[in-house]
Amino acid sequence: MPATYIQAINQAMHEEMARDENVLLLGEDVGVLGGAFKATDGLLAKFGKERVVDTPIAESLIVGAGVGLAIQGMRPILEMQFIDFISCGFDQIVNMAATLRYRHGGQTACPIVVRGPCGGGVHGGIYHSQNPEAWFFHVPGLKIVAPATAYDAKGLLKSAIRDDDPVIYLEHKFLYRRIKEDLPDSEYLVPIGKAALRKEGRDLTAISYGSPVHAVIKAARDMAGEIDIEVIDLRTLLPLDWATIRASVAKTGKALIVHEARRTGGIGGEIAARIAEELFEYLDGPVLRVASMDTHNAFAAPMEEYILPNQEKIAEAIRKLASY
Amino acid sequence: MTEQKERELYFWLRLIREYEDRISTLDKQGKIQGGIYSGKGQEAIVVGICHDLRPDDWIFPLHRDLGAFLVKGADPKRLMAQIFGRRDGFAKGKDSFLHGGDFSHCIFGATSMLGSTLPVAVGTAYKFRIKKEDRVAIAFFGEGASSRGDVHEAMNFAGIYKLPVVFVCENNFYAYSTPNELQFAVEDVADRGPGYGFRGDVCSGNDLHSVMKAAKKAIDRARNGEGPTFLECKTYRYHGHSEHDGAAYRSEEELITWESRDPIERWEVYMGKRKYDVAAIRAETTERVKKVVDEALAFAEASPWPEGTEAMEDLYATPVEED
Repeated sequence: MPATYIQAINQAMHEEMARDENVLLLGEDVGVLGGAFKATDGLLAKFGKERVVDTPIAESLIVGAGVGLAIQGMRPILEMQFIDFISCGFDQIVNMAATLRYRHGGQTACPIVVRGPCGGGVHGGIYHSQNPEAWFFHVPGLKIVAPATAYDAKGLLKSAIRDDDPVIYLEHKFLYRRIKEDLPDSEYLVPIGKAALRKEGRDLTAISYGSPVHAVIKAARDMAGEIDIEVIDLRTLLPLDWATIRASVAKTGKALIVHEARRTGGIGGEIAARIAEELFEYLDGPVLRVASMDTHNAFAAPMEEYILPNQEKIAEAIRKLASY
Repeated sequence: MTEQKERELYFWLRLIREYEDRISTLDKQGKIQGGIYSGKGQEAIVVGICHDLRPDDWIFPLHRDLGAFLVKGADPKRLMAQIFGRRDGFAKGKDSFLHGGDFSHCIFGATSMLGSTLPVAVGTAYKFRIKKEDRVAIAFFGEGASSRGDVHEAMNFAGIYKLPVVFVCENNFYAYSTPNELQFAVEDVADRGPGYGFRGDVCSGNDLHSVMKAAKKAIDRARNGEGPTFLECKTYRYHGHSEHDGAAYRSEEELITWESRDPIERWEVYMGKRKYDVAAIRAETTERVKKVVDEALAFAEASPWPEGTEAMEDLYATPVEED
């Protein structure tokens, strides 16, 4: 039976908690309610209230307690009800979790996963639509993953839970129930740090992650007769899979980066800079970006649509780049 | 208490004083880099809290708790190397002072975001609870840090789950230069304990007996599953916030008043009343602590600086290879 993106996330937690008794979950309303989006559905009944902990509204506590559990050999999953609220746990992530191993000279690891729904497209307004990856992209010691498919959502979450480092796991709420696919019956993992080549092509490389991956793939298919586009789904943002990006851009000579987070200070800027530094001699045009506009995500439908990247904006950028 | 234990406690008080005084001197001589946050005057708190802990109990010291490292069993040599930023320090030169804990002795490294270790301490205590281990976590913080949200969030959670944690507030009346009346509108910070559903006790942080008595109650309570305690120890720091701080914001008279309540002199008076030969004990202890600190200093100075390239090590436990 096909599984939705959010069911894949739910399956990953069920499997990992059954596999390892040291995996536990802390978050707001994750127990009886099963999470605001039902990501944690059924976990309380199966694993009990000591391992599925309904916390007070206290994101700093959630992350900090997760670090305390991690240094004692546990593997906590920490849910931010909306990823926007991660800002309230920011200090515990960047100053506590990310530095923990380093400032202890390697004496400890910090196996926590901080996960939660990110992204717009559902008219959530300013505090329920953010894409905070760039806040954390600048922080050494963290890993960041952002799956675009149900397969990856499950496989990456399982890898993140087993990883000994702090992982920020960005699940895109627009995809929760819109994406559905058959998942393998047997267990699988998706490795952290490896991008996926979603479509091969010769003319241009489109690099994306998360929700916009689907619009990029659709644009590439629609334009197949016109321009042969190679599509890379990064899947992991920190660390980036440079080998895949490098090989593709060296082949096509053109790069377009598409992300939903706003343009200024976004991850696309770093990718563009590194392509310019390392692959200048291969380039046949400027590295272009399609991203959200430099504003807060607006609530009213026409305003949100205006701000977010979409297939039309992507196709326009592809044509512009192809024309060089 | 036996005479042996009372003499041992005196040794720890004196060792911490000597160790911190030596670091202050080295700082003045420009021999060490970075900030030094002397706990001089507050020794009775860390000795009283940590001395009777079990090796597998965890402590979460604050930046002024160098003494807690020593009493909990950290190697004085490695601690000095840590302060010197050398390779043999707990952080292998990657950070200074007390930011590198010693996991082999269940000591967590502090951050400079004061109070931020309290959520970590309650996470640790939660693990003790669900794994049915009769261990306790001790979370130290200053009265200034008590204003931070992290402290509230941690205590609230600990209260809900009756976790085996003791919150030790070292109230020395100044958060850097900010006096208590600009920090909170209560007399005793411990009043907040009942607001989280657990006891708030106050003791004299300059009186080792007072600290030990209060600590024993709180630790026993935590170990027996009776939940957390907010233990406020009233004390005073003799030095400024750091060695660079002349502490002009407080009066000379105030300092002198508190120096007259010195925890070490108070313990000597006590030992005198117990009819011990205090002069002989003092002389013998002076030799002992000097030796420990001399050795630590020699070790630290001989410890190599880390190479620059080592800055890229210890970042990730499971690195992803870049090619």
